[in-house]
Amino acid sequence: MTSARSTLQVEGLETYFFTKAGVVKAVDGVSFAVGRGEVMGLVGESGCGKSVTGFSIMGLVDPPGRIVGGQVLFNGENLVTASEEHMRALRGSRIAMIFQDPMMTLNPVLRIDTQMIETIRAHERIDRASARQRARDALGQVGIPSPDERLRAYPHQFSGGMRQRVAIAIALLNKPDLIIADEPTTALDVTIQGQILYEAQKLCRELGMALIWITHDLAVVAGLADKISVMYAGKVVEQGLVDDVLDHPVHPYTVGLIGSVPSHNPRGQPLAQIPGMTPSLLNLPPGCAFRTRCSRASGICEQEPRLSEPRSGHKVRCFHPCLEGHA
Amino acid sequence: MNTMLEARDLTKRFVKTLDLAGKIAQKLGASVREEVVHAVDHVDFSIDPGEVVGLVGESGCGKSTVGRMVAGILPPTEGKILFKGADVAGMDAADSKTAALQIQMIFQDPFASLNPRMRVQDIIGEAPIIHGIIKRAETAAYVEDIMLRVGLDPDYRRRYPHQFSGGQRQRIGIARALAVKPEFLVCDEAIAALDVSIQAQVLNIFIGLREDLSLTYLFISHDLGVVQHISDRVIIMYLGRIIEIAPTEELFKSPNHPYTKALLNEVPRLDARRRDFAPVAGEIPSPIDPPSGCHFHPRCPHATERCRNEVPLLKAVAPGRISACHLNDTH
Repeated sequence: MTSARSTLQVEGLETYFFTKAGVVKAVDGVSFAVGRGEVMGLVGESGCGKSVTGFSIMGLVDPPGRIVGGQVLFNGENLVTASEEHMRALRGSRIAMIFQDPMMTLNPVLRIDTQMIETIRAHERIDRASARQRARDALGQVGIPSPDERLRAYPHQFSGGMRQRVAIAIALLNKPDLIIADEPTTALDVTIQGQILYEAQKLCRELGMALIWITHDLAVVAGLADKISVMYAGKVVEQGLVDDVLDHPVHPYTVGLIGSVPSHNPRGQPLAQIPGMTPSLLNLPPGCAFRTRCSRASGICEQEPRLSEPRSGHKVRCFHPCLEGHA
Repeated sequence: MNTMLEARDLTKRFVKTLDLAGKIAQKLGASVREEVVHAVDHVDFSIDPGEVVGLVGESGCGKSTVGRMVAGILPPTEGKILFKGADVAGMDAADSKTAALQIQMIFQDPFASLNPRMRVQDIIGEAPIIHGIIKRAETAAYVEDIMLRVGLDPDYRRRYPHQFSGGQRQRIGIARALAVKPEFLVCDEAIAALDVSIQAQVLNIFIGLREDLSLTYLFISHDLGVVQHISDRVIIMYLGRIIEIAPTEELFKSPNHPYTKALLNEVPRLDARRRDFAPVAGEIPSPIDPPSGCHFHPRCPHATERCRNEVPLLKAVAPGRISACHLNDTH
């Protein structure tokens, strides 16, 4: 991946949580890069570390969690060692985050205009009237009807889908270079999810932002992303262009995930399920974390598999990748 | 023909009655009214024995309310539910109890639907003992058999719900429903809260149980992919009304109603890469104040004057298919 032009390059990121019960390696050596106008889908099931990866990039990991290794290069600058003051200046201006629950972003007792103007003026010396104008434009940009009136509303006066649009509008206010979206459509209805995906795609194309879309739903990123990183138990197990990963998955976990998607199977037939359940990250045994659920596992899987690149630009962390049938 | 379950003119209205302050305000001439939510608005459908019927719709369309009325948890405001041809409301005590046992429900949230203070063996074993299906002495063997059927290790029967993961809890919920030997299961978003790989496991259990026990399902879900996979027939609801019923394959091949088309168009699919999203405009209206005529007309690209004024009726558009859209009359 082209490191010189990447907006964000994450190298060997390690975020551990030092709990009383032991060390939880929530993010364990994750690397990826996202360039301008590029959408990366970060896919995995609950507890795989995908959200913590997002929080680590934002510098929002709270104790007992700590980034213990690796680099987060944002426009070439390492954010892991950046001062809290500098991070504060970057957050909301150059990097923005959208959460699953928009009420995490919105203050319930402040009007939308207050919150939006505050966000702009926290990063830029600009008078209230121009800030208000920009807030209005941002609301219009994400498809909120009659933005002038809606500016004066409180968050509870919006529906779930509209609130998520407001959250996206706030993320856009300062025209960030990178947006991290953490399951922003999971709580929404299908037609509303379609609207949000449409806005996200349009904004990425028009403004050339880099976008990391964190989700558990492979089908959502299939329609949106340029490339995909699949995470399992804190590690990236497969990474590549969206067509490569979805059409020719090589990691047994990705193969299983795709087999688990109902619409991909003939009707009424049992799905190709992955046995067992996602392991607890607490005191994971050494070796490949997926080996207890994997049909291809052998003795060697008790060692740690490295990330290999069986095809150009398509990486996998497995001793027994599924490479048969297509070279 | 014998139907397993039939809903006739089923209606549920929730009324928010005025409190004291509201009543006084009304007396003084303020324009305060009781708010009426038309959750389910004159719905008719039938389900044959052994059939899996998917019930699809977005939030607030009344799909869960239909499920709860069918399961006997909520009484209908109007209309009736016929179970094997007999009106559930008009049954005597014994028949009504039998019907209640034969229709079981599986809930969405595996964390909220299990009593946290009961052991798994009691959660599963309590109902069959009370209803005289098994004797107390047989409980252990019976519970073990059911746990194996849903893929739970019987060694865990003395554990409490909090000691299980989400997928395992959902299996406990299924085991509890199966314990009273039902013929009909209402699954309300039964796999929505689970991870993808666990969803597939639980869905496989449903598919397996259908074959083994010849169960009939009403499978309520917002996830069209899941419904497409498991259902024989699909009912689409929008804002309290059924707008289309069709056999699964035909529905997904050629949806008739504009809302169904929009819904199918929006479903994210693995094989639709870097697509151009073309969403339906507008929001789902509030069921307190639904639009006149066809409920979908404010969002419909083909809406005409007639759609604004006249409620479209469900009419046959092909054998076994009905749809409620005025557009079908013009052809």
